[in-house]
Amino acid sequence: MHDPILGIRDLDAFYGDFQALYGLDLHVDAGEVLAIIGANGAGKTTLLRSIAGLMKNGAEQVRYRGQPIGALRADQIAALGIALVPEGRQLFPSLSVEENLMIGGRTGRKGPWSLDAVYNLFPILEERKAQASTSLSGGQQQMVAIGRALMANPDLILFDEISLGLAPIIIKDIYAALPGIVGEGMSAVIVEQDITKALSVSSRVYCLQEGRVSLEGASDALSREDISRAYFGIA
Amino acid sequence: MSRSRYHVTRTSRTAQVAAFLGAIALLILIAAPWWAGRAELRLIGELCLYLALASLWNLMAGYAGLVSVGQQAYVGFGGYLLFALTIFGGLNPVLAIAIAGGLGALVSVPVAALIFRLRGAYFAIGTWVIAEVFRLSFAQVSALGGGSGTSLPTGIVRSLADGRAAREALAYWLALGVTVLVVASVYLFLRSRKGLALTAIRDNELAAASLGIDIWKTKFLVYVVTSALTAMVGGLIFLQKLRISPDAAFSVNDWTAFVIFIVVIGGIGTIEGPIIGTLVFFALRETLADLGTIYLMVLGLVAIVVMLKAPRGIWGLIRSRFDLELFPLGYRVQQKQDKGA
Amino acid sequence: MDWVNAIVQGTLLGGLYALFAAGLSLIFGVMRLVNIAHGDLIVLAAYLGLTTSVALGLHPLAALLVVIPAMAGIGYVLQRGVLNQTLGDDILPPLLVTFGLSVIIQNALLEGYTADPQKMDAGALETASFGFGGLTLGVLPVLTFAVAVAVIAGLQWMFYRTPLGRAFRATSDNQDIAQLMGLNKAHVFGLAMALSLAVVAVAGIFLGIRTSFDPSIGGGRLIFGFEAVIIGGLGNLWGTLVGGVILGVAQTVGAKIDPGWQLLAGHLVFLLILAVRPNGLFPRVDA
Repeated sequence: MHDPILGIRDLDAFYGDFQALYGLDLHVDAGEVLAIIGANGAGKTTLLRSIAGLMKNGAEQVRYRGQPIGALRADQIAALGIALVPEGRQLFPSLSVEENLMIGGRTGRKGPWSLDAVYNLFPILEERKAQASTSLSGGQQQMVAIGRALMANPDLILFDEISLGLAPIIIKDIYAALPGIVGEGMSAVIVEQDITKALSVSSRVYCLQEGRVSLEGASDALSREDISRAYFGIA
Repeated sequence: MSRSRYHVTRTSRTAQVAAFLGAIALLILIAAPWWAGRAELRLIGELCLYLALASLWNLMAGYAGLVSVGQQAYVGFGGYLLFALTIFGGLNPVLAIAIAGGLGALVSVPVAALIFRLRGAYFAIGTWVIAEVFRLSFAQVSALGGGSGTSLPTGIVRSLADGRAAREALAYWLALGVTVLVVASVYLFLRSRKGLALTAIRDNELAAASLGIDIWKTKFLVYVVTSALTAMVGGLIFLQKLRISPDAAFSVNDWTAFVIFIVVIGGIGTIEGPIIGTLVFFALRETLADLGTIYLMVLGLVAIVVMLKAPRGIWGLIRSRFDLELFPLGYRVQQKQDKGA
Repeated sequence: MDWVNAIVQGTLLGGLYALFAAGLSLIFGVMRLVNIAHGDLIVLAAYLGLTTSVALGLHPLAALLVVIPAMAGIGYVLQRGVLNQTLGDDILPPLLVTFGLSVIIQNALLEGYTADPQKMDAGALETASFGFGGLTLGVLPVLTFAVAVAVIAGLQWMFYRTPLGRAFRATSDNQDIAQLMGLNKAHVFGLAMALSLAVVAVAGIFLGIRTSFDPSIGGGRLIFGFEAVIIGGLGNLWGTLVGGVILGVAQTVGAKIDPGWQLLAGHLVFLLILAVRPNGLFPRVDA
């Protein structure tokens, strides 16, 4: 048995007085696609923000390649090779499409991803590269957000609700691109509302409920009933 | 546990004690001309006027969110109007100061209409530009001494009261009276419906707007009232000094920087803060004044450290430790004294 | 011809005001910080230039080689040591802390250099002039204006064409997401303040060659810079240059009508533009 690329132990998270995560334990194995599902407010986004360093954690609560990273700043974590595709795209409105991609690459990490590689994956972006990122359609903006994260050549990429607010046909396109992305030896964590989508692309799944893990298992081994119970908390 | 064991009250034991002690302190202060020497009387008068300026700035910045660095505009305006109305209008100085207040309110209306277009920190510097316009304009009035200023003619000074001691006592009582008026108005205003609305705006502008509180109108009102009272304080400051010049009347350091430091050191957004801050400011000044410029550097440094390390000021530190409120604004739930058990 | 002369001299004076304004505009654009001590820092740079040129026997313009890095270093340390802690939704902490800095700098200069007005000796440059279309132009004002144009063009290029400028814009847009891209915002803000004070260094030296200065004049320079920024429109560097020129022309034309009206005329034009075009003449069109 090999060590996981990411290990989370006893993680709590707070927004002021509100506690969003309660003693969460979770790990990501190297090279796997892990799905995290759960209802709104279950703590999925908070978990990704904690991993990426946007929330304050204890150093030992998050370990990456065996190294404690919980207390590092987001920019230090990015330099170690963890990238987040944030919920709602969050592109930089003052930057053009190409500039958004370029700023993703500023960690200077080596790897297969470059402007050309991203344009190969999403050819439409090359046509639009000089445009303001805000002038693109929602699906194209999502492509920029994914490309921006890939430009950092991360070893672990975190996707937060990449299908939210997009048309079904676009979602299909984006998921079709996914194997080409994680096939490069990257590990990925996918937070997704659409359970079927989440199960179909992942090898393992965690279900969160009110800040705790309510179910964990191989994606193809879980039954619909198990999932609904873990999802909605119906006993 | 029955509900009747609790009751909602606005006052508290501490507030009652504070009110009692405050009344005694006020009586002692009113009697000051009989027990204090000339220099002390002057100092207490000056302290009172700084307290009034600090309370007014605190109302604007700490409650209405109007962070102005241009209040010297109204201090100087009030001072110059005292001189103009007495010298050219032949008015009694006390009446002149009251009228200066009214005119201060009048002038502040178009000023507000203009600078309320600026947001946040740019509003702040906008108020400073206004103060500069006032300074340069009064410097153009050659009848008031132009750029070098003028003194209040002895005839006018004499018209105030017979004898120097009586005049100084009167100037002192006016300063004390205006300060009590200012602190009491701020207190009563904050207890009123509009005042509560203001606190609601400060705590959450978006939520307050959704409750239908007209933010602009309330802020406008605060600005105008503050301007009027600041102009009156300005009149009194220069009634004490008896001499005015554009640079002294519109000094950003004297009438704004120090006032802001007082409020922040004492505790912004509380009524008690300016009182404590004024006492600290004068204590520092009286002990370190010999150091001159070093004293001012220390003052700036203290203000920076307080802002970074204890943004609620000295009163904030005291209050968080002891849950005190000397000027009861909020309501609190108290357990009734259980007489039966 | 007198009026044309006043307008031309005012335009050249506007270059100096644009130099006052550019640094202010830069840090507001990157981190929404309004630095009340900006004017006092300009005066500090003038004194640094004075001391450097006297101590090393340099021409004031050569002193720039020392003063620019010195001011940039002060800016970086100031930002990371103090000002970064004040940034947030509340505008009071940065305002108060920079106000405190302003008082500290003023009094430190008083302590070190007294209140007596000082001036830098730039030799022949101060009086050199040339004729142009019937007007006599001073070499120094023309040089100041040219430097202002070059500084603004340089900032514009840096902002829109370099990785540093990209980092500034990204951090200004969304600090959290910029941090995810590996940008340490504390460092980015430090660099922005360093750059702002590098421009302040240039402004201070040209101010000190042109006129005499004393520790109390910082507030006035802040206001001129601020007015140029607002007249030109927030976030528009070329607009800032135009704002400086309008302010300069208003002042020289005002002074021509009555010497006492010089500053007043500038402020009144500013208030007039605020009344008519509250967002300035050329506000940045946000995408």
